[in-house]
Amino acid sequence: MEKPFMLQLNNISVVYSDVIQVLKGVSLSVQEGAIVSLLGSNGAGKTTTLKAISGLLKPENGEVTDGTIEFRRSKIQNLSPEAITRMGIIQVLEGRQPFKYLTIEENLRVGTATRWGKPYKNDMELIYNYFPALKKRKKSLAGYCSGGELQMLVMGRALMAHPQLLLLDEPSLGLAPLIVREIFKIIKRINEEQKTTIVLVEQNANMALQIAHYGYVMENGKIVMEGSAADLKENPDVKEFYLGMAASGDKKSYENVKSYKRRKRWL
Amino acid sequence: MDFFLQLLINGISIGFLYGLAAMGFVMIFKSSSVLNFAHGEMLALGAYIFLTLVTWAELPVPVAFLVSLLGSFILGFVIERLFLRPLIGEPLIYVIMLTVGLAAMMKGFMLLVWGGNLYIYPDFLPAWLTLDLGNIVVPPVYITAIFTGLVFLVIFGLFFKYSSQGIYMRSVADNQPAAMSLGVHVRRVFALSWAIAALVASMSGIVLGVINGINVHDLSAVGLKVFPVVILGGLDSIGGAIIAALIIGLLETFTGGYISPSLRDVVPYIFLIFILMVRPYGLFGLVEIERV
Ligand SMILES: Nc1ncnc2c1ncn2[C@@H]1O[C@H](COP(=O)(O)OP(=O)(O)OP(=O)(O)O)[C@@H](O)[C@H]1O
Ligand SMILES: [Mg+2]
Repeated sequence: MEKPFMLQLNNISVVYSDVIQVLKGVSLSVQEGAIVSLLGSNGAGKTTTLKAISGLLKPENGEVTDGTIEFRRSKIQNLSPEAITRMGIIQVLEGRQPFKYLTIEENLRVGTATRWGKPYKNDMELIYNYFPALKKRKKSLAGYCSGGELQMLVMGRALMAHPQLLLLDEPSLGLAPLIVREIFKIIKRINEEQKTTIVLVEQNANMALQIAHYGYVMENGKIVMEGSAADLKENPDVKEFYLGMAASGDKKSYENVKSYKRRKRWL
Repeated sequence: MDFFLQLLINGISIGFLYGLAAMGFVMIFKSSSVLNFAHGEMLALGAYIFLTLVTWAELPVPVAFLVSLLGSFILGFVIERLFLRPLIGEPLIYVIMLTVGLAAMMKGFMLLVWGGNLYIYPDFLPAWLTLDLGNIVVPPVYITAIFTGLVFLVIFGLFFKYSSQGIYMRSVADNQPAAMSLGVHVRRVFALSWAIAALVASMSGIVLGVINGINVHDLSAVGLKVFPVVILGGLDSIGGAIIAALIIGLLETFTGGYISPSLRDVVPYIFLIFILMVRPYGLFGLVEIERV
């Protein structure tokens, strides 16, 4: 018998500002305990998908207009982020967003917001155990950390919340290959040791498919392909467009453009 | 020399009271980017609540004081709930205009209930609080002002530095989307900053009322004085606001004492303009960390 899915998106549509439709009927399922990777080029709608799950669409004036999102059988689409985080779903935002004027330690403490008043000292040690580099700098301001340290910080901060489902948005973005490998190793360890289910959004398909169990490929607000990580790695289209190998085997350049500016709301 | 010392002590006490008022103002600004034009009115209302509790309800002073602080705290929550929350997500200028309207409303309410006359609190500060330095005698109210100012600043300093709620509040001021992604209850943080701001404002209103008497116009004008203070301190720095408040307090009393009492209310603004020409982000404004 199959294990039940932890998270299911059934045919969801997402619209920003009442007019800009970004997701057009996305369905995907995440098995308990798995690492599921969501691949796709710039503007495909990966971040939007994660925000639809975590409730962070609302402050950007986005809304799930159609379809359902079920987490452990309860419908969560369009709930507030406060409610969704308290169910154990935590998103690590794209682009490493620390609290610059808080120390590393204080940044980690913000991760206790969903369980305010409970002890957190042991969790702090656990985080320092995964990311020893943070411990050395725990009293310094996050604004002065390096990119690698910041990635560790934002992931550690999310772990402080005891997530059941962790949504990681492009953790490798802009990091040196050595650090990327290190980060991915830790993601895998977290998945295995903490039993945290992970949805991993990546441009770096190569790394992502090495640790993921299952993967989806998005284009233009739709899922265009899915399969086990092993299958996807062998798929000729994936090879060509996402693993940077043309059929002949040489590398294709990949333009990184962020062509829009996000409109922030919420004061 | 004695006159100098006297002015110095007066200036420091007034400075601490401005500092408390400014702290609340900066807190609201930091968490929600709202400039609260009703800050002076919140301060005045605190003084009137205390007055009513002491003279009309005849509560013992310490009880009246605590009840006024609690009342202001709740009032801050209510104001946020009724007026500010419906505007979350709207352009900031609407929200700021709303606080201007709120100021007018609160002022009208106070004029309606208490009228425009000057009230004086009954003399309730114990004589042993008088500081007798031989040649100069410092009246109890100045000692009280310095003492309450210090106590509250230390309490709130510790709250923001070490308590979880304080850290959540700072996280919202620092990066709101990131705070939300971790489940920080942003609306609750807004509400809490209004409540704390109202509390410290009324606290300084009460003590200023003891010094100068209670009058809607005078007390709400202190709300305007908060502007040179916070701009001098750097709009986003609570520590800066407090130091700036001390500077402005001293400047005012020394101008009033040595030059002319009619100049005392103008000098802070002149000084402000001068400082801003040299340091446009204020004396202690956060220097933007650019590395990330
Ligand atoms: N707040 C918003 N308002 C309007 N449109 C938006 C908003 N956020 C994103 N979009 C649009 O939605 C589309 C998908 O954006 P999204 O950020 O989900 O893409 P992505 O797959 O995460 O891309 P990237 O790899 O660049 O991060 C883009 O075309 C973008 O312009
Ligand atoms: Mg994205």
